[in-house]
Amino acid sequence: MDWLNAIIQGTLLGGLYALFAAGLSLIFGVMRLVNIAHGDLIVLSAYIALSFGVSLGLNPLVALLLVVPSMALIGYALQRLILNRTMGEDLLPPLLVTFGLSVILQNVLLMGYSADPQNLQAGAIETASVNLGPVAVGVMPVLVFVTAVVVIAALQWMFYRTALGRAFRATSDRQDVAQLMGLNRAHIFGLAMALSLAVTALAGVFLGIRTAFDPAAGGARLIFGFEAVIIGGLGNLWGTLAGGVILGVAQTLGAKIDPGYQILAGHIVFLIILALRPRGLFPRIDG
Amino acid sequence: MPDALLALQALNAHYGDFQALYGVNLSVEPGEVVAVIGANGAGKTTMLRSIAGLLRNAPEAIRWKGQGIGALRADQVAALGIALVPEGRLLFPSLSVEENLIIGGQLGRKGPWSLQRVYDLFPILKERRHQQSTSLSGGQQQMVAIGRALMSNPELVLMDEISLGLAPVIIRQIYEALPGIVGEGLTAVIVEQDIAKALSVSQRVYCLQEGRVSLEGQSQSVPREEITRAYFGV
Repeated sequence: MDWLNAIIQGTLLGGLYALFAAGLSLIFGVMRLVNIAHGDLIVLSAYIALSFGVSLGLNPLVALLLVVPSMALIGYALQRLILNRTMGEDLLPPLLVTFGLSVILQNVLLMGYSADPQNLQAGAIETASVNLGPVAVGVMPVLVFVTAVVVIAALQWMFYRTALGRAFRATSDRQDVAQLMGLNRAHIFGLAMALSLAVTALAGVFLGIRTAFDPAAGGARLIFGFEAVIIGGLGNLWGTLAGGVILGVAQTLGAKIDPGYQILAGHIVFLIILALRPRGLFPRIDG
Repeated sequence: MPDALLALQALNAHYGDFQALYGVNLSVEPGEVVAVIGANGAGKTTMLRSIAGLLRNAPEAIRWKGQGIGALRADQVAALGIALVPEGRLLFPSLSVEENLIIGGQLGRKGPWSLQRVYDLFPILKERRHQQSTSLSGGQQQMVAIGRALMSNPELVLMDEISLGLAPVIIRQIYEALPGIVGEGLTAVIVEQDIAKALSVSQRVYCLQEGRVSLEGQSQSVPREEITRAYFGV
């Protein structure tokens, strides 16, 4: 029964990892940008929620109403003012710039909030649980998982059913021809980053409610996000959810064997999948 | 004299150190079909890419209704009503046939062209509308590329080598459809290597040779020997 419990907890944890990964996957899919600062932006979202909590007395779940649009605005500005200048044939310049951004963000957070671990207090919902037959699951992890499913379904719908999604796909296919259709690439990229960081805001607030965070917490989140994206297959959003769940389950099962194996078990499963299926489990089928 | 719809005034174009166009002069009047012929590497595609805003190094040399548009981005040029059917078709592989057409019209310019009109012109595309564009034959892909440009309801359409790599029967089909496209006040610049095809649909012709205009004249009356000389430079 303990093992079943571990698998269920791991699956729910996978929802959080899928949220880490979805934003990463989205911008890589649209503009081939590898955002090394993604983890730090997740942590930044948590700190923004913390500030809204302190200054306005908002529950972090309510603060999401402010954090999500704030991060979207930050994303749009970041893309238009900085990252677009680095975009081109070469993947390296944006990679280096986001690496620099990561260092800057960590240090700015360190200056602003100190290195003390912080936590977002969401109240009674944090400890509430429901009994599902033999196992009890927390309300919060279920909420996170359901949010991840809804976010991915919404992104999927946006990508394949809306004009914005069409513009994203066209720009991803051929940037200059998309420009000929009257799509301003700089604006489209800005919107993609805004959307990515809006999802990141959700991930950051859920992270902050789940565990303590500090300015250096971003790196591990970036790795988990990457692993989920790559396990699931680049460019496949539902695959990203599956990747998050596989990573989450691997971690909780590892922790079941020995608490020290939690993170390691996730990395090992990631490496095994990468060795056997280099394109991930569910690569996007394209021509 | 009123401003031409499109005028190139001493247009130079460079790729890095390489100069592809040298002082090209060209004018296009409303409603005209102008053919641009020339051998491989003569600068035809470079000229169209410059007009469309994909190559930007001549702010004042490209004039649209008298205004310099050379500094505009491609999306801004598209918004003026200039559409390019690019060489090699360059459809969006992630989009279905219908989505490729719809995205061509996403600026929402008013005009006679709609999804239905494009399907009337090329009925095969309606049958294939839900397929991925890459699953079509070359000729059908070219129809999508032309339809995609028309969907923007342009005033000027630039067509780059629309017969390249297609079977003769398909080329004939596409050229038979052209009068129906350019009939209604739409102006066209058609770049072709197939001289006979180019002359048959156009009123005026320019020949480019090594980045320079080597000939300009009326399509129906230019002597063939002059074209041969301008084309091959012999």
